[in-house]
Amino acid sequence: MAIQVADLTKRFGKAVAVDGISFSIARGSATALLGPNGAGKTTTLAMLLGLMTPSSGSIRVLGTDMLRHRYQVLGRMNYASPYIDLPQRLTVRENLNVYGRLYGVRNLRTRIKILTKELDLERFMERPYREMSAGQRTRVALAKALLNEPEVLLLDEPTASLDPDTADRIRGLLEAYRGRTGATLLLASHNMPEVERLCDRVMMLRSGRIVDDGTPEGLASRYGRRNLEEVFLDVARRV
Amino acid sequence: MASLIRIYAMVLRHIYLLRGSWPRVLELAYWPVMQMILWGFITQFFMGHSEWVAQAAGLLLAAVLLWDVLFRAQLGVTLPFFEELYSRNLGHLFVSPLRPWELIVSLLGISTVRTLIGVVPAALLAIPLYHYSIFTLGLPLIVFFTQLLVTGWALGLMVSGLVLRFGLGAQSLAWVAIFALAPVSGIYYPIDTLPNWLQPVALALPSAHVFEGMRAVVLGEGFHVGHFFAALVLNLVYMVLGAALFMSVFGLARRRGLLLHSGE
Repeated sequence: MAIQVADLTKRFGKAVAVDGISFSIARGSATALLGPNGAGKTTTLAMLLGLMTPSSGSIRVLGTDMLRHRYQVLGRMNYASPYIDLPQRLTVRENLNVYGRLYGVRNLRTRIKILTKELDLERFMERPYREMSAGQRTRVALAKALLNEPEVLLLDEPTASLDPDTADRIRGLLEAYRGRTGATLLLASHNMPEVERLCDRVMMLRSGRIVDDGTPEGLASRYGRRNLEEVFLDVARRV
Repeated sequence: MASLIRIYAMVLRHIYLLRGSWPRVLELAYWPVMQMILWGFITQFFMGHSEWVAQAAGLLLAAVLLWDVLFRAQLGVTLPFFEELYSRNLGHLFVSPLRPWELIVSLLGISTVRTLIGVVPAALLAIPLYHYSIFTLGLPLIVFFTQLLVTGWALGLMVSGLVLRFGLGAQSLAWVAIFALAPVSGIYYPIDTLPNWLQPVALALPSAHVFEGMRAVVLGEGFHVGHFFAALVLNLVYMVLGAALFMSVFGLARRRGLLLHSGE
């Protein structure tokens, strides 16, 4: 298994953000965490990455206990999110140079060259991150997330702020990356067509709990809906 | 080895920042140079009016240059740490294999670089402007510099920890905290000038021992071993406290999810 979570809970005072969830994710699979705002998706991702300590429960990533030995495995994971940024005043090249070293990437120059070509960033290499558009920043964050060829890639809204053409290319890139490396993808997204295209499994979260779990097609069929977007609305609006 | 590469990466991140902005580099040197020029004139004035200053022309200039070592060393830790907060970059940093202690070591490294950029030009300019070279202090200068650097690091870690805990609203601590130490550090006057009840407070600060030691050397009394060891031990204590506070707040930040939401 790539990820094993048991009885994971996160409380902030009296508020429960994640409420005793358990799940396992197979190596090489692509899974989506879906749910309305405040459902606990980002908090779950943050705990899986070691950015946040759980109130209780256990997390194993690639067989390693994340609560005790996360540094053994962080180099084999990576993360991109529009909600955190890279150093604003550094250029794209400088940012990738720094993060490549933090992840101990070998042949860093070649790796940066390949990634920036794939993500169409070659023209922007000497441009400071702060001067880039939201879409360009998303691509830089993705380049950073793929620098170390992670075995487990966690993505929060991976194509947020991208135009449809670029978003489509990014999805293609993520599919190709997964196909080539056998990496495990876990993404939180509100883009249902993206989830249908990229993921073979969907976990629906609401109020910190997993309320449903299945393939995109299986969930649509179970709810008697045409697509995942309609399923999402059903789950989000359920009282 | 992997740790060293990560520490180097974090130092490189701040070198890139300095390299990409000459006004930043200029600003690092600007205030120490201005302070030195001001105190140079004050020294020239007092040379004719104060017997004490007349004994040793470099007393005030050495004091102001060493004070800037302490101040720049503290800012050298806090400002690069604030950069990570301004950039909302902590989340990316701590999903990488970077350990918190590696971040601390890198901050100390960049603090040293920033302090040298800030203070060396002022020290060199004092030679043609006022015919005073702080380098005439000899080997003790290295001791004073190192001790004040460490005191600055310790304070910088404490301030960084507090800002991580309370947010950037508390960032003004970086500018004001150190000035609380100035009156009791005996920068420009001996500690026995202070009221009796305040002297133990002063002697609990490594900086007070450094400035007392500096005065002893400038006034020709030689290197004071007692002050050296007192500063050394106190610096160890302050450094452990600073690092412990930072690490403890880092743990708290992980529990409260602050690493994900830190920013302006």
